[in-house]
Amino acid sequence: MSQQYPALLVIVPLLSAFAISIAGWVNKRLCFPIIVTALSVVVYASIGLLLTVLEKGVVIYHLGGWPPPVGIAYYVDHLNGLVLVVVASVALLNVIAAKKSIEQEFPDKAGPFYTLYILMVTGLLGIVVTGDAFNLYVLLEIAALTGYGLLAMGEERAPLSSLNYLYMGTIGACFYLLGVGYLYIVTGSLNMVDIARLLPPLYQSRAVLAAFIICMVGVWLKMAFFPLHSWLPNAYTHATSAASSLIAPLVTKVMVYVMIRLILTIFTPEFAFATLALNNIVVWLAVIAIVMGAILALAERNLKKMLTFIVVAEIGYMVGGAWLGNRAGMTGAILHIVNDALMTLCVFLVVGNIVYKVKGYAFENLQGLFRKMPFTMGAFVVGAMSIIGVPPTCGFFSKWYLIVGALQAGHYGFMAALIFSSLVSVVLFFRIFEICYYEPFSDHHGHDQPPEPMDEAPLTMVVPLLIVAVILILVGLYTGDIVNHIIKFAIPEGLV
Amino acid sequence: MAELIPTIIAKYNYWIYITLMMIGLYAMIAKNNLVKKIVGMNIFQTAIILYYVSIGVKKGATIPISTGGHGAVHEAVHAADYLNPLPHVLMLTAIVVGVATLGVALALCLRIYSRYNTLEEDEILAQIRKK
Repeated sequence: MSQQYPALLVIVPLLSAFAISIAGWVNKRLCFPIIVTALSVVVYASIGLLLTVLEKGVVIYHLGGWPPPVGIAYYVDHLNGLVLVVVASVALLNVIAAKKSIEQEFPDKAGPFYTLYILMVTGLLGIVVTGDAFNLYVLLEIAALTGYGLLAMGEERAPLSSLNYLYMGTIGACFYLLGVGYLYIVTGSLNMVDIARLLPPLYQSRAVLAAFIICMVGVWLKMAFFPLHSWLPNAYTHATSAASSLIAPLVTKVMVYVMIRLILTIFTPEFAFATLALNNIVVWLAVIAIVMGAILALAERNLKKMLTFIVVAEIGYMVGGAWLGNRAGMTGAILHIVNDALMTLCVFLVVGNIVYKVKGYAFENLQGLFRKMPFTMGAFVVGAMSIIGVPPTCGFFSKWYLIVGALQAGHYGFMAALIFSSLVSVVLFFRIFEICYYEPFSDHHGHDQPPEPMDEAPLTMVVPLLIVAVILILVGLYTGDIVNHIIKFAIPEGLV
Repeated sequence: MAELIPTIIAKYNYWIYITLMMIGLYAMIAKNNLVKKIVGMNIFQTAIILYYVSIGVKKGATIPISTGGHGAVHEAVHAADYLNPLPHVLMLTAIVVGVATLGVALALCLRIYSRYNTLEEDEILAQIRKK
């Protein structure tokens, strides 16, 4: 059984997508138990897989028994073992939290929503687990196409925002496909490990250089790396809360994983950092991404849209960290994939709870929320502290590694951008705390009107949120273990 | 200039796919109508499909099936003799992806049209701004 975990990760959600769409016709109440069961199996399999990798090293699974490079191999090492656990658990926690808001917002479309949801998870898990460059493209499109559908089920402007995302996302995926085509011309292989073996003599070839740059641009488009971010804020803001709290934490982070996989496995750090002298340019682009994300977030008067610009800034953290070209920066980038997925989930679940109760997420809607929804806002404080980078929440530690990496690389611009964006986050979040805690200002010393009674979101929404908040602190406390036992082995020895 | 022409002719498939890709990209950026943008997107995808198909082409090559049927002695086919089918097979998948993308994009256009009664981007943006 445990040898089959890599295949189960993709097959269980894929088959349950069919089961859910049929159940949606028969009885809508069946959909939710099926999706929770399927995602629980996936979480179990991903944790089992990570433990196997920790114990025995890299797991290679031949689909259908065909050995690579002829067949497609699933390749799980410390890097994607970790990302798989994050993707699976975020998807499970979010679907439990989303149940009530789906019942409130579009009860008649619950069946299609759950089907698209689990297909999207299939795509994301597949992207992470696969060891084949073309297979990755197909799964990328599965995740993207379902994502367009999920994001379009929203407010009035959602279809237009989703269509804009579709244009950009398709160009990104096509660029990636083109890059893979160039790699295929020069190596004749699509298996990642095989390509990495065949590439070193060809590092001077211009086709390899073109392949690398085209793949990178495609992946940057997909992850909304500034200045290619224009699709993200509107698409995520106008979607329903259940969809945006799945897509915002996972899609961009999985694309960062793809970028790191391209650098570490397919092209190897020697080529990406030593042969090409691109580091400095990309880190400066990341600096601009961080600064612009922070400034654009500051200009927003709307909680959800503000958070989407924070996502854009966080992408800058990870891209910059990965491209610093040293061990500490790469550790910070990989750790930040985990941390950022969790803290983005935390704050977007908070938005979901607020929308459920208050029916809005503009700053005017947030008044008096600390009294009304104490647990939700408590979790929001933890998530916000993590984004700002206050110890012992996990955000502090990844930022620490990134700053250490920037110092070692002598890139003070990146360090300054990290500190600048932390300071801007302080302003962003304390402005919201102020509105939620002190407003409405009582002109008559607050004696005429009784304080609003507590009106917390339902238990199935609050409990997953509190679990995420606790995980944020736990991951922070156990950062040392995660780095020493997992991330250390994910980065090749050659990268100092 | 005289040296450039043979280079273009020798690798004409690459020039064609780049030209098509740029036409598609231009349509996606410059056109105002949402459906025209989708057409541009499709040209863009098709250019990449053509590129993959063209790299699998070889003159005078055979099909990649080993000669000699059941019972007969199997003769290995030399890699230099047959046409590599893999790029073409990959493109079957890419065509399916392209069709699915087109379907989703047109469905989104239907939703947009039913809401704004137009598919011209500037008119839609004007309506959004008015609210």
